[in-house]
Amino acid sequence: MRKKILELLENNGKLNAKEIAIMLALPADQVAKEIAAMEEEKIILRYHTLINWEKAGEEEVAALIDVKVTPQQDVGFDEIAGRIYRYPEVKSVFLMSGSYDLSVLVQGKSLKEVATFVSQKLATLEHVQSTVTHFILKRYKQDGVIFEDQEADRRQVLQP
Amino acid sequence: MTITCGFEAQRFINPTVKSLPPSGIRRFFDLVASTRGVISLGVGEPDFVTPWHIREACVQSLERGYTMYTSNYGLPELRQAIAGYLAERFGLSYDPQKQVMVTIGASEAVDLALRTVINPGDEVLIPEPCYVSYQPIAQMAGGVPVTVPTTMEDEFAITAARLEKYITPRTKVLILCFPNNPTGAVLNDAEMQAIAALVKKYNLLVISDEIYAELRYDGPPRSFAALPGMQERTILVSGFSKAFAMTGWRVGYVAAHPDFLAAMVKIHQYTILCAPVMGQMAALEALRHGRQDVERMVAEYDRRRRLVVSRLREMGLECFEPRGAFYVFPSIKVTGLTSTQFAEELLKEEKVAVVPGPAFGSSGEGFIRCSYATSLAELMEAMNRMERFVARRLAFKHRAAAHA
Repeated sequence: MRKKILELLENNGKLNAKEIAIMLALPADQVAKEIAAMEEEKIILRYHTLINWEKAGEEEVAALIDVKVTPQQDVGFDEIAGRIYRYPEVKSVFLMSGSYDLSVLVQGKSLKEVATFVSQKLATLEHVQSTVTHFILKRYKQDGVIFEDQEADRRQVLQP
Repeated sequence: MTITCGFEAQRFINPTVKSLPPSGIRRFFDLVASTRGVISLGVGEPDFVTPWHIREACVQSLERGYTMYTSNYGLPELRQAIAGYLAERFGLSYDPQKQVMVTIGASEAVDLALRTVINPGDEVLIPEPCYVSYQPIAQMAGGVPVTVPTTMEDEFAITAARLEKYITPRTKVLILCFPNNPTGAVLNDAEMQAIAALVKKYNLLVISDEIYAELRYDGPPRSFAALPGMQERTILVSGFSKAFAMTGWRVGYVAAHPDFLAAMVKIHQYTILCAPVMGQMAALEALRHGRQDVERMVAEYDRRRRLVVSRLREMGLECFEPRGAFYVFPSIKVTGLTSTQFAEELLKEEKVAVVPGPAFGSSGEGFIRCSYATSLAELMEAMNRMERFVARRLAFKHRAAAHA
């Protein structure tokens, strides 16, 4: 039941417990209880809105940074990851397989702000060996949503 | 165009064609099309675009130069895949060489089937409300359509007892379309078995339009042909439009006794030649790798179905729970309006389009068809609007009653 509730909420955080209950043919109070429990257990972390900031006319600069680090004894990558993700400029951090270790998404108001953050805060951290910064030029699709969807409803308005 | 004086085009038109009624929703269509900001629940096709891998398969086939005619029967690989699908899904065994043909949508298959078996004056039983094309096709084939009403009390399923009352010595064919457009009704096993017994007793032939078979919410899909003794008596018609969201591709198929198929292919080869190869390539991809897409879409329809039925009942409309297709068919009798009034006033006041029930036969009076092949957000907004409309009508009715 939890998985089905989560799948619905993942795509539409505006659905309320009653609507979810109807769609899944479950008792409404039970769905409400499960959602509350999952919020409590930090399974549901936040109700997020996906925004096309560019369309909203807001300047937004983001960069994906490949970070190579020296893992530390006992704590591995977790310690250094923690030092990085505590910065509010950092929107996400992933541990990666392959030629670098951490993939860090940094967001800022301007190119300069992001570049400064990387060179002064990130690259200077102890155990960080190197950084490679890739600025994001355009978002085509994120979280399963195509930003400029060309696939409008082309159906005839009425058919038998 | 300049028309020479004295030329009467009407005189040349075949009286059967002339007497066919134009589509019952034409006028309403114009009204909907000319209104801005409409949410349409009047669409008879999926809101999903054909899954990308299926479209991509078509593009690739074009790049590789698949631009020619195929066999009259359709691509051998596709017929093989269709036979495989029918075997796996329904336990039916058809010879892909002699018993399966690819058609231009399921519609062509229905036309071929009726033209192949109907003699002038033969009666064709058509349970209604039903899709709009069966009666005209039967008439054009020289047959006499005999409509058999179904009711909400019977959950719009056709019962053997009712059917038997309409059987005469001239009855030759029974057309079944379950899951049904416009009601969403399905036939359960017992009902199908009772009908099968009747079919045998009166030596009838069944044309089973199973285009909505995959869109079933109460269990696995069923085929009438899979009932004992029914495979040879059933011309099974289906296609890719509804299950795979491929309406515009126009690819369907028919599976039947080899003698029926040999006759049908003659009409098909002289009129159509073959279904377009591009669509056939896409359909092949759909059958080979599209199962997950169908499951995903059916799960989504099912959630919307529950929501819409619940909302319609909450606003005070009596609504039977559909178990297939993507339509709900609520009764609007409680509002005191006719179906057409309801549809026109709802459009005018709240900009929601639905199809009046009588478009699908006279037994549809008092009902409207709402399609839930629309995004969840739009559906919810449409239900909010409809709720306001129904509340106003009910309040008006109560005031009028209090006055009296």
